[in-house]
Amino acid sequence: MKKYYLGIDLGSTTSKAVIINEKDEIIGRGITNTRANYEVAADIARLEAIYNARFSLLKERLADDDSFSTEHERYISDIENVFQFLQFKNRLDKLRIQLIQTAEETIHAEDKEAIKKIIHSIFDKIEPEIRNAYMKGDLGAKSEFFRDIIGERYHDGVAESEKKYFEELMVLFDKSITPVENEMVEFDFKNLVHQAMEILDSKYSELTKQQEDKSYHFDAELNLLMGNRKDISNSLQTHIDYIAVLDIHIANMTGTGYGRALLPFPEESIKSEILCHAFGAHAIFPNTRTVLDIGGQDTKAIQADKYGLVTSFHMNDRCAAGCGRYLGYIADELNISLNELGPLAMDSTKEVNICSTCTVFAGAEIRELINVGEKREDILAGLHKAIVMRAMSLIARSGGVRNEFTFTGGVARNQAVLKYVTALVKQNYGDEIIINIHVDSIFMGALGAAMFSRRGVDVDLPDQKKNRKELNVLAK
Amino acid sequence: MSNTKDMDVKKEESMVLQKNMLANLFSELSNAKESGKKVVYTFVPGNLSELIHAFDMLPVYPEINALQSGMRKKSRDFIREAEKVGHSEDVCTYVKCDVGMMMKGNIGPTGEKLPEPDLLLLSYTGCFTFMKWFENLERLYPGVPVAMLHTPYQEAGKITPEMTEYMVKQFKTEIIPKMEKVSGKKLDDDKLKQILNNSLQAEDLIQKIFESTRNVPTPIDAYFAGVYYIGPINAGFRGTSEAINYYQTLYDEVMDRVDKGLGPVTPIGEMEEERFRLVVEGPPNWTSFREFWSLFYEKGAVTVASTYTKVGGVYDYGFRHDPEHPFETLSEYCMNCYTNLNLPQRVDLIRKCITEYQADGFLTNSIKSCNSFSAGQLLMMRNLEDELGVPVGFIESDLVDPRYFSYSNIKNRLDSFFQMLDQRKMILA
Amino acid sequence: MKKLHETIEKAADLAFDMHFTAAKEWKSAQPDRVLIGHLPIYFPKEIIHAVNGLAVSIFGTGDRMQIIKGDAYYQSYICHLPRGVIELALNDNLDGFDGFIFPSICDVIRNLSGMFKMLEKGKFVKYMDFPQNFRSEVGGNFYRSEMEHVLSEIKKINGVSLNIERLNEAIVLFNKNRRLINEIYDIRQETPWKLTISDFYQIIRGGMVVPVQQHNEMLEIVCEELQHNIGEPMDKIKVVVSGAFCEQPPVGLLKTIEAAGCYVIDDDFTLGARWLEADVEENTSDPIGALVDAYLKHSTFSSAVYDVGNPKGERLVALARKRKADGIVFAAPSFCDPAMLDRPLMQMVCEREGLRYIDFQYHENIGQFKVIKEQVGAFSDSIKLWDDTLVA
Repeated sequence: MKKYYLGIDLGSTTSKAVIINEKDEIIGRGITNTRANYEVAADIARLEAIYNARFSLLKERLADDDSFSTEHERYISDIENVFQFLQFKNRLDKLRIQLIQTAEETIHAEDKEAIKKIIHSIFDKIEPEIRNAYMKGDLGAKSEFFRDIIGERYHDGVAESEKKYFEELMVLFDKSITPVENEMVEFDFKNLVHQAMEILDSKYSELTKQQEDKSYHFDAELNLLMGNRKDISNSLQTHIDYIAVLDIHIANMTGTGYGRALLPFPEESIKSEILCHAFGAHAIFPNTRTVLDIGGQDTKAIQADKYGLVTSFHMNDRCAAGCGRYLGYIADELNISLNELGPLAMDSTKEVNICSTCTVFAGAEIRELINVGEKREDILAGLHKAIVMRAMSLIARSGGVRNEFTFTGGVARNQAVLKYVTALVKQNYGDEIIINIHVDSIFMGALGAAMFSRRGVDVDLPDQKKNRKELNVLAK
Repeated sequence: MSNTKDMDVKKEESMVLQKNMLANLFSELSNAKESGKKVVYTFVPGNLSELIHAFDMLPVYPEINALQSGMRKKSRDFIREAEKVGHSEDVCTYVKCDVGMMMKGNIGPTGEKLPEPDLLLLSYTGCFTFMKWFENLERLYPGVPVAMLHTPYQEAGKITPEMTEYMVKQFKTEIIPKMEKVSGKKLDDDKLKQILNNSLQAEDLIQKIFESTRNVPTPIDAYFAGVYYIGPINAGFRGTSEAINYYQTLYDEVMDRVDKGLGPVTPIGEMEEERFRLVVEGPPNWTSFREFWSLFYEKGAVTVASTYTKVGGVYDYGFRHDPEHPFETLSEYCMNCYTNLNLPQRVDLIRKCITEYQADGFLTNSIKSCNSFSAGQLLMMRNLEDELGVPVGFIESDLVDPRYFSYSNIKNRLDSFFQMLDQRKMILA
Repeated sequence: MKKLHETIEKAADLAFDMHFTAAKEWKSAQPDRVLIGHLPIYFPKEIIHAVNGLAVSIFGTGDRMQIIKGDAYYQSYICHLPRGVIELALNDNLDGFDGFIFPSICDVIRNLSGMFKMLEKGKFVKYMDFPQNFRSEVGGNFYRSEMEHVLSEIKKINGVSLNIERLNEAIVLFNKNRRLINEIYDIRQETPWKLTISDFYQIIRGGMVVPVQQHNEMLEIVCEELQHNIGEPMDKIKVVVSGAFCEQPPVGLLKTIEAAGCYVIDDDFTLGARWLEADVEENTSDPIGALVDAYLKHSTFSSAVYDVGNPKGERLVALARKRKADGIVFAAPSFCDPAMLDRPLMQMVCEREGLRYIDFQYHENIGQFKVIKEQVGAFSDSIKLWDDTLVA
């Protein structure tokens, strides 16, 4: 039996899971927002990674089968999108029920029906919107998490409905989202994939009908798919069924991240995120010597040797200035989403000089700057720069930047941060420094953890049942 | 079986001795009015214990009161009290804790009220804030004479004749006359000589105790247990026969552990496996002292040397009080305290400890209150890391401000540090 | 007027030239000249002047430079000034300086001297331990030996020994410098609208990085210009600012205080320039002794000096009374232990003496002044509106 290894990185804002094979290759990734219940967050990430792994293994399997061609990949990606939507929909339905139930229990009789009606109408509108977004593989750049996606759309829906119920509707949401979000749901993979395939079926038949609609983008692959989708889905069926029940044998797992101590793992399976980030970054970029990781709660500058082992590290001091969390405060202050910060800052033509990267003072400072007429994008540019300056001083503390330099963590996905990191690294340490950023930068910690678990003592679990039981500990 | 028992009894002996010594001191202090003994408020670094005994006075150490308040969880309220009257959140919490304690009735660690000072003896060594502290005390006790002893800093990494001359003159023209006036006694040279002789014996012993960490496993923890060991010598007993007796007892106990190949004693018993040997720079946190310590012993980390245990005197290079030259030797003692050394000297001393006691890592506990320690620590650390290739760790806390001790923050950093050390051991092996 | 503006502009350029160009040019004009940098507060520049040297006051980078390297050396709870100083040293802005002097004012500056030693900056680094004992045969002798130590270091560099005549000349020049500065303070006490505190601040600070003769010329122009009627008096209160003796408030902060309704008529910003409150005795056979004597007997009060016997709270109130100030503004840099440990003591005296005050904290690169402006504005208004009787 093939062995797989799981790494879980329980961060302060997001929880990540990575599954690797025996060659340290990532075969599954899962990510969710960290919430009050850390274990649920870790478990959701873990399940997502397992589903994702099944799809990877499916693709791998198909690649080995000569009778399949590239168009099948497209089909499988489509299935994966719909698959995700179905999971989303499950929560969406639960949230609707929860909202109605909460309304039933807490709203005065005279308003009850009106409010319930509004909730239904909002959800009736949201559901097809989200479905379409998943179908097109396009949820916008804003956020990929249930709470964020649904929160924003619900809020829009409330804003469009009767003003007199605004308060009640918002309170209902706040009361209902948490239990739904913290509830652990396990899906039957096979069943869900079949559902997905059925939905896709209808998608493609609809598309055939709309051939003339010029606004819809057609490409060769899609054309092919539409022509012989029935054949494809039939021929895939056996592979899918095989993968759906395949035992993804997790031989060992390691937890890391800010909340790692809260994971129900034995002590030897808990590793510091410092070690994991360095190890993960090194696996992707083997020449990595200096790693910068900007996470939600901590910023770390790490020096590693040629094996990816840590020789020295520095973390931010007591105040969380300059961490991802700081960007969260700023986003709240400006009433925009976290993922919009970077792009906005990139529009700046001149950054405002920001003095305090203190989270406590940031709000007041921003308000004052807006009062004196500074542009929002220029303030944001200044704030991003200030954060990067803090990170640069941490790097200097740990011994400076050595070639190559790898930037990891969720904040590495922020374009403005990236711009200043690149500029300041080159300015202070020379143009010859190679700067690595990977699309999987946010998964580096989880990857490192998975790699540690592969190198640790293998927990050889005899059968699938035991394996599942072991993993389900997470859900409790 | 009987061996273990013996050991337990022996282990307790020095602890019992220490406890009694301190209890006696505080009871003497609470009876000072009746006994007519004069009370001196003074500091640990550069303390003039020998002179205080020579004049039959009793010492009160505001720093020690502050750290005791921290350990007894009273410091939060005291600090708040001082901040209410305008002290900034940014400044030294020892000062604020002490000022707050006085404002709340000056109840000492044993629950008895501390007597008011008859003399404020400001031996100002290695910390600028001491001076400000005494200016505050002087306002709290108007009319109480202040004797100021300015200890020049070892800025060039050495003690020059001019520095010693400056100090000796201060003894002769300022310190002794004021102590004579307050105590009503003339300085008895022979008595002082005898006391100095006692000091040197205790100093010999304490240095040997701290050098016992050369052993693997080390029989003692030089930081967390070390702060208890320095209690008597720093808290007014240097120069007494009780101190000699205490350190002799302790030394015997430590040697016994060495013979048996035992590791240090922790609050949960003997440390079974010595996994990491550390040298620690910086004072400990007092408000969560036990929790702080547990973060180390739970991972098998033990301290083989600490700079904090040298604030009341550095004996590593052979300095001992010299009965033949009382004022010169007192001057030299003051100038040799750890925080009166310049940064290159501090690095030298730490380097010596890391190499001689075979440390696996060097850890800095950077204390918010204490700029004398903290300013420059990052450079010192870099320097040691570059030069010795020793892995370094860095954490932050405060002396007695519980608002500045974050268990999870420190644990996160320490665990990463220990795991890094572990990894390194694997590579080296 | 034009001359005044030109002087202010020139001074501002000098004050914030982070490369110390003027001082370096002065040095390069003759081979045996030495350049010595010193940190706040006070240093007897006369002795450097007398041995063919220039003592340049280093106040850090304020809000004029972005700090990256400097932050790597300091924890967040340490003040801002040393970060800039380290940044200057590591960025080569201080190349060409022969030595650095760190007067004993606090533990941070003290340890910064050790950092300079470890980083091997300059040909010598000296932490100068000013005596806290004010007896001439005790602290005085020690202070003399400290000065002699500095002189011996300079002799090692340029071979110049101290000569009595030249030191006496230097003493005359620096006495004149202090007198001119004090004269402007006196003028501003009566007619503060003639010269803003921010301009005045730059005139003093700009002169602390060039030879004293040059500064004296600038000051003479200013004194002369201030004889004219310039500007119009405005309805502002008069305040003394206290606590800013080391890490300097940015010019924007000074402007904010005045814009919020206060004339700053005395302060401790560049206190070292007028540390001695009386002339050093001129033309003696022992000019070093004269400097020692002046330090022991005529030093101003400061958080860096042990004050028992002559408490600084009382001296601050006396200064405010002498200047006919309406109140005190306690402005201390964040994490400045000496200033902040003094504050409650000084405020106690203010309360006892019925002198109004406010306090706030700043750091040298603070960019936003709104909160401070509101606070100072409210203070000024409250005195103007309600406390007319107290102004007397």
